[in-house]
Amino acid sequence: MISLTIDGVRVQAEEGETVLQAAKRAGIRIPTLCHLEGLSPRGACRLCLVEVRNWGGRLVPSCATPVQEGMEIVANSPRLRELRRTILEMIFAERNHICAFCVSNGHCELQDLAMELGMDHVRFPYRWPLLPLDLSHEKYGIDHNRCVLCGRCVRACAEVEGAMTWGFSGRGIFTLVEADLGDPWGKSKTCTGCGKCVQACPTGALFEKGKATSEQMKRPEIILEVTERRPRA
Amino acid sequence: MRQYRIPVTRIEGHGLITVHLGEDGRVREARFHVTEARGFERFCVGRTVWEMPALTARICGICPVSHLLCSAKAGDAILAVKIPRPAEKLRRLMNLGQIVQSHALSFFHLSSPDLLLGWDADPKVRNVFGVAAFDRKLALDGIRLRAFGQEIIEVLGGKRVHPAWAVPGGVNHPLTEEGRDRISAKLPEAMRIAQDALALYEEKMGDWTEEIEHFGKFPSLFMSLVAPDGSWEHYAGHIRFVDAERRVVQDELDPSRYREYIGEAVETWSYLKFPYYKPYGYPEGMYRVGPLARLNCCERFGTTLADEALRRFRAAAQGKAVTASFHYHYARLIEILAALEKIQELLADPEILSPRVRAEAGINELEGVGVHEAPRGTLFHHYWVDETGVIQRVNLIVSTGHNNLAMNRTVAQIAAHWLRGREITEGLLNRLEGGIRAYDPCLSCSVHAAGEMPLKVVLLGPDGETLAERMRGA
Repeated sequence: MISLTIDGVRVQAEEGETVLQAAKRAGIRIPTLCHLEGLSPRGACRLCLVEVRNWGGRLVPSCATPVQEGMEIVANSPRLRELRRTILEMIFAERNHICAFCVSNGHCELQDLAMELGMDHVRFPYRWPLLPLDLSHEKYGIDHNRCVLCGRCVRACAEVEGAMTWGFSGRGIFTLVEADLGDPWGKSKTCTGCGKCVQACPTGALFEKGKATSEQMKRPEIILEVTERRPRA
Repeated sequence: MRQYRIPVTRIEGHGLITVHLGEDGRVREARFHVTEARGFERFCVGRTVWEMPALTARICGICPVSHLLCSAKAGDAILAVKIPRPAEKLRRLMNLGQIVQSHALSFFHLSSPDLLLGWDADPKVRNVFGVAAFDRKLALDGIRLRAFGQEIIEVLGGKRVHPAWAVPGGVNHPLTEEGRDRISAKLPEAMRIAQDALALYEEKMGDWTEEIEHFGKFPSLFMSLVAPDGSWEHYAGHIRFVDAERRVVQDELDPSRYREYIGEAVETWSYLKFPYYKPYGYPEGMYRVGPLARLNCCERFGTTLADEALRRFRAAAQGKAVTASFHYHYARLIEILAALEKIQELLADPEILSPRVRAEAGINELEGVGVHEAPRGTLFHHYWVDETGVIQRVNLIVSTGHNNLAMNRTVAQIAAHWLRGREITEGLLNRLEGGIRAYDPCLSCSVHAAGEMPLKVVLLGPDGETLAERMRGA
């Protein structure tokens, strides 16, 4: 067992566990976006940043940092709150997240985070990129305007379904999630149409066709349920 | 070097009126400029047809329901479905609630200060608070009646403003028994308020003879939806045009083929287009829409109290159309009564609680038109989509647009009658405002209910030089 403190609370954790897992067990809330139980950690969104006090205040993503003996973690502080809010603002400014008519309005992890972190406005200029919408799939659609590049769809497709349909193209803020080699989703030869990517998506970027505003409910927890039910080799 | 003059007040609800004088110093013409540009037709392109109801509902905070329902109807056409009967009844119920709340706002909050306190009253008291001081019961009644209409919207859609409830194929949840009873319980009070207001208007009408005569009284065409049997309609039916004699000019027009009979002209001085009746050309094809037009076009309401009121409304015009735009107010009050009677009928129908409220379908048509009667008049939503349901093109004709030519005629008539010399008096400003307000144009939507519209009036000489200017609100 490894001993560490999180926000002054003494916590015991198993070797190989992450700081996020240890905090969760101790009942300490750390906001996350790209993290999803059942998928490998990615550290893409940086919302789960925590401060390691005895490492000179270094900031590490708690979802991807294994616990170490004697760590003194700060999970909640004015500094972290400001950092997380700023990160969230940058995500909002990067693409076109307009809740009013979004299929996920009211059931969106990004929207919930904005409320939790008190993001009442965005201090960065919006980029308003002109991004496409692909409704070519028989059952599902993808709207790049609402994508936060968390990669949950990419991981769910590769790690759980094993289809490896989704991948990233481009770099930085120009990155797009793409099916196969950039084909319209409906033309994909690898997609099984299972819909795990849609359930894993935290926003309205991936959705079921025919859903109108506010109607898209997601069940990201099925990713963990599916992996736990699977017989181990 | 060429110079461009761009209007800068692109904020919702700003109006500009220019009055042009001829060589003889008399009013040659007057223009009501709409100086705001919104761009909805452009930025809806690229979105899905399923998002359009909630997206276009954001056009307005007073009449979001109108756009919501009209857009859902355009969506029905693209899915090529006939929505379940209960869904149609529920949509009708919401539209009636919308008519009640919007008409109540127009009459009690926005127009009653002019009507009851007089056109020359001090602007400080000529607002809804002034009305409250003058007649407390009337002001409270107005607030209650509007709240009743909004409550219907809330019970059905989950919220009072911008409910995302109507969807292509129907509505997304049915009405509960508890919800129905909540509306029913408040109906008698709403009915009492509507009857009182109508009685008040009919009693006071004699005081406004000069205004009735000069607030846009001229012959024109009238357009609205009517039911297959010719009765008043707000949701389905076909388009009918009648003339000033109340003769049917054209009937049983397919609303989805509106482009065959409605043309849209553009003038360089306004962002609002000028629709006209194509066979008569521009601008002779001027027509009016909204409450006045609906009452002129229909044969009857089909409900007791409203039909009695309609008989009184028509009596003065001796069977011809009522051509005084001032009576938009009158027509609005009668429509509130009719809407309440129809709400009562719908609530008594057991099918209103049915859970079968949505037809599911994919993209079956690449073009769809939705038409219905918004409180202010006939509303058209026309969408073109690709094979997957992504919007390629949008055309919206909103009610305020239809009345554009008539509103211009109205301000010219008012200016000609009340302009003395070259001074823009408070009385003239108020009447110009009141003349526009009779149409309850959507620009007033964004304006607070205190009864003042940010308005600028400019008096121009024969060579276009500015003689006088007056600004209010902003």
